[in-house]
Amino acid sequence: MSECTCKKDYTLDTLVPQVGVITDIRQETPDVKTFRVNAPEGGKLFEHMPGQCAMVCAPGISEGMFSITSSPTNKEFQEFSIKKCGVLTDYLHGLEVGDEILVRGPYGNNFPVETELRGKDLLFIAGGIGLAPLRSVINYVMDNRENYGKVDILYGSRSADDLVQLKEIQEVWMKTEGVNVYLTIDREQEGWDGNVGFVPTYLKEIGFSSDKTALVCGPPIMIKFVLQALEEIGFSKDQVYTTLELRMKCGVGKCGRCNIGDKYVCKDGPVFRCDEVDSMPDEY
Amino acid sequence: MYKIAKEKLPALFQLLANEQELILPIKNSGQVNFGLWDEEVEVDLTALNSVKSPKDAFFPQGESLYTCKKDGKKIEIQQEELRDKDFVIFGMRPCDYRGVEVLDKVFLVDPVDSYYQARREHGIIVTMACSEPEETCFCKVFDIDCADPKGDVAAWLDKDFLYWKPVTDKGKAITEKVSSLFAESDDKAVETIQEDIRSIVEKLPYSNLSLEGWGAGKTDEKFDSPIWESFANSCLACGTCTFICPTCQCYDIKDYNTGNSVERYRCWDSCMYSDFTMMAHGNNRTTQMQRFRQRFMHKLVYFPTNNDGMYSCVGCGRCVSKCPSSLNIVKVIKRFQEEGGKAN
Amino acid sequence: MQELITRGKELLADGSVVGILGWKEGDFSYNPEPAFFQNEEELDKFIYDGFCGANLSKFMIEASKKEGKTLVFLKPCDTYSFNQLLKEHRIDREKAYIIGVGCSGKLSLDKIKEAGVKGIQKITEEEDKIHVETLYGDKTLNRSDVLLDRCHVCKGKEHRIFDEIIGESKETNDKDKFSEVEAIEKMSSEEKFLFFQKELSKCIRCNACRNVCPACSCRKCVFDSNKFDSAQKVNTNSFEEKMFHIIRAFHVAGRCTDCGECSRVCPEGIPLHLFNRKFIKDIDELYGEFRAGEDAETVGPLTEFTFDDAEPQEAVERG
Repeated sequence: MSECTCKKDYTLDTLVPQVGVITDIRQETPDVKTFRVNAPEGGKLFEHMPGQCAMVCAPGISEGMFSITSSPTNKEFQEFSIKKCGVLTDYLHGLEVGDEILVRGPYGNNFPVETELRGKDLLFIAGGIGLAPLRSVINYVMDNRENYGKVDILYGSRSADDLVQLKEIQEVWMKTEGVNVYLTIDREQEGWDGNVGFVPTYLKEIGFSSDKTALVCGPPIMIKFVLQALEEIGFSKDQVYTTLELRMKCGVGKCGRCNIGDKYVCKDGPVFRCDEVDSMPDEY
Repeated sequence: MYKIAKEKLPALFQLLANEQELILPIKNSGQVNFGLWDEEVEVDLTALNSVKSPKDAFFPQGESLYTCKKDGKKIEIQQEELRDKDFVIFGMRPCDYRGVEVLDKVFLVDPVDSYYQARREHGIIVTMACSEPEETCFCKVFDIDCADPKGDVAAWLDKDFLYWKPVTDKGKAITEKVSSLFAESDDKAVETIQEDIRSIVEKLPYSNLSLEGWGAGKTDEKFDSPIWESFANSCLACGTCTFICPTCQCYDIKDYNTGNSVERYRCWDSCMYSDFTMMAHGNNRTTQMQRFRQRFMHKLVYFPTNNDGMYSCVGCGRCVSKCPSSLNIVKVIKRFQEEGGKAN
Repeated sequence: MQELITRGKELLADGSVVGILGWKEGDFSYNPEPAFFQNEEELDKFIYDGFCGANLSKFMIEASKKEGKTLVFLKPCDTYSFNQLLKEHRIDREKAYIIGVGCSGKLSLDKIKEAGVKGIQKITEEEDKIHVETLYGDKTLNRSDVLLDRCHVCKGKEHRIFDEIIGESKETNDKDKFSEVEAIEKMSSEEKFLFFQKELSKCIRCNACRNVCPACSCRKCVFDSNKFDSAQKVNTNSFEEKMFHIIRAFHVAGRCTDCGECSRVCPEGIPLHLFNRKFIKDIDELYGEFRAGEDAETVGPLTEFTFDDAEPQEAVERG
């Protein structure tokens, strides 16, 4: 009767994942592993932009939203750095190279690497696993070095053992021209001669000039104090980007879970400029 | 405009059901809900509201999305077949039709939900005017005219006849298939019905409910009001309001292990439930006040903000008659109006 | 009603209580809501009439966490729930000041509508009659025809726990409490299955029955566990839709006071109280008559072991 068009536009619904193969697993810290994922036939599952997320699903266990930590400039694979903290992540940590998982995405917006961030001096501030989304941007910036100004990276974690991507930080980022890396850990530790102290405190101690654009990711409590510190050293809210993390199920702004005010964090975020965050109801 | 004598309706249902599935209001153990027609069922066209709204026909309470099979390290996925057969949904009320339009704004915007879209494309909606509106009705507040239903076919019922007016191409096509049962009718009978309905609507206690202060961009004015707390104390945190509501669209995605495969299904969820926003490391809405506020702010502020002022409430009145604690959207609107001065 | 308000204001004014759990008038004659009143001014909206069926005992769980005493109005049958919650240490007697309110049966809006009433404008209660003004004409109904199901098996006019009593009660008991259960027991297994299938297939899993139930006071319900696949939501199959209610009935067995709130709030009109009443009948037959909530001390038969207890085999044999 009526002509059916529903199957013409969409071969697979956005809620249906693709099969991905785990091709590498790196133990970053005692509770963080980085998983490299390829399509079964090789290559990447999809293209993404820095800051975007994907839903990683283990059938029969559950699925969860994770930021894609690899840069889009990497043409071979995608990576997820995942901290063990629940049923799904426990399961993922038990997987081996060669195991298949399900992935759908990419979802959400991205850091404005091709618009607002271009030509700017960038200050990355990350805490713990919060480096995961920023790493994607940092490597994007590294690979398109000419498009951006000076880069400062301030990264902290509980202990030296909890710093993720340490090898890359030391071997690539620290050696790139125009890039300064500042590391800090919460408490004194044998064999650590770097800074000791919380990220917000260290941030104020270093005292960056306030003409930079800051990108902040980490535990909510760190973000809260970092934003205060940035304000103190003269950053205005529209110079600071961060990501929000809420419970998500669909990833496409329909299931209602991550709704705050008129925003859906999965679709309109996860990246928000801090003045945007301020205009949202206080429910994140 | 066509008409058919009421006693011939079973023949109409039979004819419609011969060609495609027919969904209409059915009475089962005292309650009316939309369900599949067969010769055994008790059709009830007089009930104003079905207990559950007919959104089920497009957005079922539970539906399989895909099935996964594991074979060693390998996983195989099979997407659920999309609806590819037409069906008729008969007797949808004008408010519930608006409910579908609200759902369209959610499921048919990019990225389109193909499960919903397939059902929308294959569903033929016959709406029916509300001959006897009740005190719980407030569709007029949302500019819905329950005397003049929208849909693929519009229908009216009086003492003796059902009047049938095809509206869309889909509606005209289905009309052709059943026209043998119809007689031509002028518009007069329907005009009389409409006059009667509208005169009742004027008398309804909620018809003049004011939405002043609600709508797009009103978040700051309403969000921090202490009024929300006065509702949260009585709210049982059940999901009755969300599950009977024609516009609530929150869902969950879950796994069902069938033994040899895993079925990933979607089911209705409720923002009133305590675990709705629960994450491994916390919950951003820990109190019932926050959850209660979310539901009504979404319907009256957030949704209109994102959809050119369209409210995500259609005034069907189901929550008014079904909330176990007698809380509902009308009480929310009224209490804010009464205590508006104190709120800010 | 005025007496209740006056007394409430007095208790608030002299500091005996810091809040009041009662019913607040609705915008129709029939929809008052359970409410916490915090000051005298708010009490002007207090109402107590035939539509105040809501059992306020369970709200005392939250009230018990507050500073100071809460005045709670309880109908005779509500006091059974209060006692049961007290026995289970879910509420604190010291935090409650109980005014037992008189009750002569509560009204069911569903039954009024079933009597063919549409477009209600006003409902007035008289002694034995209910007068309904509607958009489509007026109607007078017999009070006894539109009472809540539970009122037909009224537990009596005695408040089982109270600090003071205001108002007269009237017993509305006019049915044997087990007659409905007996009728089902007489069905063949196929008929029983069909009966429950038909009723339970209407269930929308909204959890209203569970959330209103004073016996369902677990901090975390088993059905909300994320380790349990069918947590809270839709039934994945018809087996599950029965299991939710049957498991719930088992969980409240021996503790259910037959307050009937489950059936009152079910949006689909499922007679859920029948499950609980079947358990009550079985417990009566196997262990001797017992009524949960009669007092706050007696150990229930299912939580106590005696050498006279029925052997499992006896239960199997009686079917």
